[in-house]
Amino acid sequence: MAPSSPERGGIVMSIQHNQSQAARSGAAIAGAVCSSAPWKASIVAEFAEVVGNEAVNAEYRHLVVNCSEEAAAAQPGQFFQLLCPQPAGEQPFLRRPMSLYGADPEKRQVEFLYKVTGAGTRGLDMLKPGDRLDIMGPLGVGFTLDPAWSHIVAVGRGAGLATLAPLAKAAKANGTQVTAIFSARRPELLVSVELFQRQGADVIAVTDAEATSGPANVERILRRQVAEGRCDAFFTCGSSRLMRVQQRLAREFGLPGQVAMEQQMACGIGLCYCCVRDFHVNGEIVNRRVCWDGPVFDLMEALP
Amino acid sequence: MSATGKVDLSVRIGGLTLRNPVMPASGTFAEGLEKVMDFNRLGAFVTKTITRELRAGNPLPRVVERPGGLINAIGIPSKGVPYFIETTMPHYAAYDTPLVVSISAPTAEGFASLAAELSIPGIAAIEANISCPNIEEDGKAFAMRAESTEKVTRELRKATALPLWVKLTPNTGDVPEVARAAEAAGADAVVVANTILSMAIDLKSFKPCLGNIMGGLSGPAIKPIVLRQVFQCAKAVKIPVIGCGGISTAEDAIEYMLAGASAVQVGTATFLQPAAMTTIIDGLEAFCLRREIPCVADLIHGVVIEEADEPDLAWLDPVS
Repeated sequence: MAPSSPERGGIVMSIQHNQSQAARSGAAIAGAVCSSAPWKASIVAEFAEVVGNEAVNAEYRHLVVNCSEEAAAAQPGQFFQLLCPQPAGEQPFLRRPMSLYGADPEKRQVEFLYKVTGAGTRGLDMLKPGDRLDIMGPLGVGFTLDPAWSHIVAVGRGAGLATLAPLAKAAKANGTQVTAIFSARRPELLVSVELFQRQGADVIAVTDAEATSGPANVERILRRQVAEGRCDAFFTCGSSRLMRVQQRLAREFGLPGQVAMEQQMACGIGLCYCCVRDFHVNGEIVNRRVCWDGPVFDLMEALP
Repeated sequence: MSATGKVDLSVRIGGLTLRNPVMPASGTFAEGLEKVMDFNRLGAFVTKTITRELRAGNPLPRVVERPGGLINAIGIPSKGVPYFIETTMPHYAAYDTPLVVSISAPTAEGFASLAAELSIPGIAAIEANISCPNIEEDGKAFAMRAESTEKVTRELRKATALPLWVKLTPNTGDVPEVARAAEAAGADAVVVANTILSMAIDLKSFKPCLGNIMGGLSGPAIKPIVLRQVFQCAKAVKIPVIGCGGISTAEDAIEYMLAGASAVQVGTATFLQPAAMTTIIDGLEAFCLRREIPCVADLIHGVVIEEADEPDLAWLDPVS
């Protein structure tokens, strides 16, 4: 099952309706509801049931919830907006965007990996099996895997490792080999390593503690992958420095790439324009919404 | 008429009849909500504010949360009029829901020319955003004063025959006076209100939390304040008042209508529960059914203010 961009069915449908309906008069009066096919929501907020919420290392926790079929159909690179419980003395008001860490359509489950850093994640930390959590998603445009790619390279650091995680299963299903270059401050803080290895990926760990995580060393590793014909595309998340290295190599060798971007969000569905970033598109700098136009973007258009 | 056909949910706003009193607040609504709700259920569409000039919007961060609400300083990013007409409008033409376009300009003349240009088939009303706290220095806006409100409204009135809604600011001491000025200059309705000018400071860096330093507070935190302003304005003017401020539930909407609102706008609530507007519409109907209120419009100005009884002092009269 290869990940694909979420359909924009609603918008396509509205353009078709446009052709079949007469233009409204200036002072339109709302009349009867039009008699087209019954409308169905494709983004819903729902109560999911917590199955597990356990620490995986000193920093990260792994949250698993039972959810609807629609939510469990989430694709790698997509995200959910979680309405976090309120920890004592704190009131997280907005939903918190959280990358998909795993999705299981058969078990109807989705998984998240999070680090406790603020009021929202302190609220998530309180969840126990059996608790309800209001989740909204899947949201945004995820990663795309071309069936023609036989080998891809995934480069991640920090929380970016969680975002890249669902690629491992999707790549295997696509018949694509993966080399994962994972960066962290210390070896014990690396996540997703076993998850990738279980799917048959080669994982190369680089860390600050071992002085192997600098851009020069990562570039050396990447050049070897390219030289050995093991890089049809770059996938990255979590480090601007490593993204720049890949952009340089992608340009040099004419390779495609995708990057999952992060930004503070409010609505998560393209309404508020809080999460805009600059992108370099056809020689122009344009603003795009990370939540709606992304969070996965063309590697060459992304700016740090 | 409602989904069950038992409650008349329609309301009249000037020359426009809405199928129900619930619509989005400008800036919190876009085509993406098509995936969340049936657009044919809404009372109206209200677009993000558009300007003639292309605007990138404010520096990031553009939002910070506080208990019961959020402060935003988006800064009205706008792709201009041709983009709106060619790209945004067609999305809404598919629906049988009136399209209200929110506009802003730096001058009264600019407002008027924009209103004239947008007085075209497919647009049901103009909402003049003369109250955005984020695009003028220190939150100054036309709606801060009655005189400037009257001037810009008069220019707008001359420029368009469409229903004209004027969106007022809560950041002034005498909102009813400003509402009266809008009415005198020909507004068909006033929207009360916009966000409340606010600020937040980060205690790690000592820097303001927003790139724009100040922003507008919205959400449940502001509801009692704006409800009071709607109550005052509805007494001060004869034109309809559209309530906007912290409405998250049907109960909030009912409270606003009792205070004098003819319709309500829902904004920040959509960020938390994307289907908030349709939930509110269902709740309005359920409330009217339960209380045997045949028309939701019967709620407007329904607040019961009991006069204090005059004490009966007759027994003190020594003669009787």
